[in-house]
Amino acid sequence: MATQETSNFSRRGFLKASSLASGGMLIGFNLFTACKPKAEMPIDISKLNFADFNAFIKIAENGMVTIFSPNPEIGQGVKTSMPMIIAEELNVSWKNVIVEQGVLDTNNYTRQVAGGSQSIRFGWEPLRQTGATARQMLINAAAARWGVDASDCVAKDGVITNGKGEILGYGDVVTEAASLEIPENVELKDPKNFTIIGTGAKNVDIDGIIMGKPLFGLDYKVEGMVYASVLRPPAFGQTLESFDASDTKEIPGVIDVITIGEKARKLLNSENPGWSVKLCNSDKVVVIANSTWAAMKGKKAIKAVWKIDTPLEDSASHDTELLHLLDGNKFRTMRSDGNIKKAFARADKVLERTYESPFLPHNCMEPMNFFANVSEDKVKLVGPIQTPEALATAVSILLDRKLDDVSVEMTRMGGGFGRRLYGDFAIEVAEIADAIRKPVKMVSSREDDMTTGVYRPAIKYRLKASIKDGEVTGYQLKEAAVNGNMYGLIPNFFPAAAIENYQVDVASLKSNITTGAWRAPYTNFLSYAEQSFLDELAEVLEKDPVQMRLDLLQKVKGTKDDRIQYSPERLEGVINLVVEKSGYRTPKKGVYQGFCSYYCHNTHVAEVADVVMENNQPVVKKVTVAVDCGIVVNPLGAINQIEGGVVDGVGHAMYGDFNFKDGMPDSNNYGSYRLVRMNEAPKVDTYFVENNLSPTGLGEPTLPPAGAAVSIAIHKATGNRIYKQPFIKNMEPKEVVG
Amino acid sequence: MATFNLSINGKSHTVDADSDTPLLWALRDHLEMVGTKYGCGIGQCGACTVHVDGNATRSCLLPISSLEGKEITTIEGLSLDGSHPVQQAWKEVDVPQCGYCQAGQIMTASAFLETNPKPTEEEIKAAMNGNICRCSAYNRIQKAVAIASEKIG
Repeated sequence: MATQETSNFSRRGFLKASSLASGGMLIGFNLFTACKPKAEMPIDISKLNFADFNAFIKIAENGMVTIFSPNPEIGQGVKTSMPMIIAEELNVSWKNVIVEQGVLDTNNYTRQVAGGSQSIRFGWEPLRQTGATARQMLINAAAARWGVDASDCVAKDGVITNGKGEILGYGDVVTEAASLEIPENVELKDPKNFTIIGTGAKNVDIDGIIMGKPLFGLDYKVEGMVYASVLRPPAFGQTLESFDASDTKEIPGVIDVITIGEKARKLLNSENPGWSVKLCNSDKVVVIANSTWAAMKGKKAIKAVWKIDTPLEDSASHDTELLHLLDGNKFRTMRSDGNIKKAFARADKVLERTYESPFLPHNCMEPMNFFANVSEDKVKLVGPIQTPEALATAVSILLDRKLDDVSVEMTRMGGGFGRRLYGDFAIEVAEIADAIRKPVKMVSSREDDMTTGVYRPAIKYRLKASIKDGEVTGYQLKEAAVNGNMYGLIPNFFPAAAIENYQVDVASLKSNITTGAWRAPYTNFLSYAEQSFLDELAEVLEKDPVQMRLDLLQKVKGTKDDRIQYSPERLEGVINLVVEKSGYRTPKKGVYQGFCSYYCHNTHVAEVADVVMENNQPVVKKVTVAVDCGIVVNPLGAINQIEGGVVDGVGHAMYGDFNFKDGMPDSNNYGSYRLVRMNEAPKVDTYFVENNLSPTGLGEPTLPPAGAAVSIAIHKATGNRIYKQPFIKNMEPKEVVG
Repeated sequence: MATFNLSINGKSHTVDADSDTPLLWALRDHLEMVGTKYGCGIGQCGACTVHVDGNATRSCLLPISSLEGKEITTIEGLSLDGSHPVQQAWKEVDVPQCGYCQAGQIMTASAFLETNPKPTEEEIKAAMNGNICRCSAYNRIQKAVAIASEKIG
């Protein structure tokens, strides 16, 4: 099977079974070791114990199955969909499955991370193998008891039957099964026989969510816990000079005021600071109180004096410098095909456009928060984090503890969007807990969260195409971005390989503003730039924009270029589906449709946005989406991700605006920062390309094309191209045309 | 510090806190009712919505000193078992992604349907516009409110 090439593992290496003292069987598996290409278990397999596993299936004597799902849940639905895959191959009925969040194991795992829409893609094969192996062990146990051949037995809905019509439940044979050899080469089900995968399973936490049960980090509480509010520098580039906390200490409920930062700086300067590089290097003032409110009030009452450590930056100067980079020659070439210079020199016509975006905050609805309790021999951390292992490592360095003495417990997360990849806030609370030696929870206010965050960097793209004899002969993409550039594979996305002379060049501007991954990093803005450009290019060529894409894809078919990430056939599939379902070829009067197609995060997507003019303003009414993500594990969850990704993409392209002046953000809460609301949310119609290919992720891929589809539709409605986000500030609706 | 008597979910509770403490934090930190969520603290996002005498109200802006004699309902008291038609509709549609804003959404929707049990699509959108869902599950929220309206019948 082709997918096994990318997940080269041995079942013996990642599975272990044991009987439980309480009755029943426990199967442990190290999912993320199994997923890693050419996985090697870190220690001798014969000496493995259950501490080396990060995910478990427990089968009780009553036949109930508990699956401990290993991956962090940030709203992307893996706590439901990953166990569904196991249950499918295990042949149990979904109603007899209980799902629990797996306990964190900071040993020996490589991908207990939520990010990059990768959980399902990497988990697919090992999760199936795990379920199928457990199923085979149960069948083998039943066959041994009956004295028949295992091949005469069939398992279905948690029950094993043999050729003679005898029946045993899974629970009846768990004890024997646990002591059996782990079988190799188990047979996976034919996808056409799936009974759980492909059916809509509801969010496993739905009851807790609708009843307001404590699920999130902010809800976590232990006896004797105190609350902390952290005052950080108001501007990037500042550090603390002095402070006066006398008013704070008068506030009822305030227990103490301390400073932290020394240990964090030591960590920042260590050999392996990891994610902690997002930490601010200043001392911070911490108010400890007996309630969140008292802590927040206490923080407001501190009179702090800040000094300038590094220059305070402005978005206006970033704009100038990024454009200067685009005009200059300090580029790093990430992909170069043919001879772009010659193509431009020989062109009949050249089209060149520049696209610009602001910074963006993540704005998770649950503000950053974390719990810590530090004692002589243990460090306990609890809260919402996308990268628990990186956090444990950082805290072990921070507090000079052994990694084994640091435990991280994940809670449900009130949104991630990339922000919770970085554990700066959790490192802070560890330093606080170490200082006060009491269980403590740090809670950021919305203002703290928005103004001392990690941001999607401001980026500018310049796109240039050469046209010769009515054909595109050259294509050049230049990126100028704050703090870093597009990573590895992106230069090999469409239209790479479709145009003979093709080049991607990048340049970066260093800034003291912390930046990082934001839902669909780089592609969240790149898609808008490229797809808008391709639409304008089609207009210049007097070609239909859909046909132009299809013609370009035709040239990629059969390519020998193994760097190419997308499949021309699959992109063609989503394009044809969205054109059919959106009524793109039979437009309605007064409805302006913008088409685009995009591949990122291993999933192929095409979208058509419907815009109408109301009071001379463009309004996005509907977005039709066609998705090829292979097998759809949980359609109910998948559609939710797709709808959310599209509306999020439309919202941030339309309204997302975040800029700096003297190192300070220009918004600090939802009064000044506009997020999309229900009135502005388009209806989303989703269609899947049906196939039996291995599933790919959905947390990100529908977001990037949404802004592009909307800008193209707005151009049709108003006659104006938009080259800058947010659209609301940069579109000039004129009389309706078209 | 002072003592305040609050009537929450049909029961009387005593809170010993500063008079300006918002109901949100009294619920969360003093009364162990954490279903009501903190989102912005300035009444802009709706995550902290509760009912005060039946009206959907932002608890982050409501000092406990102003609440004596008022009947407060939180998500924990909307029903004891998740059986309120709005909660049932939420489950039927499988609305939540991260789930953090959902209690506030449900409290806004339930108070709204009390005053307007048969709303139009536009009325639903207008009523729910004050509640931000960062995961943008707006299509499903809208659908769930419509289904809840049918259930209330």
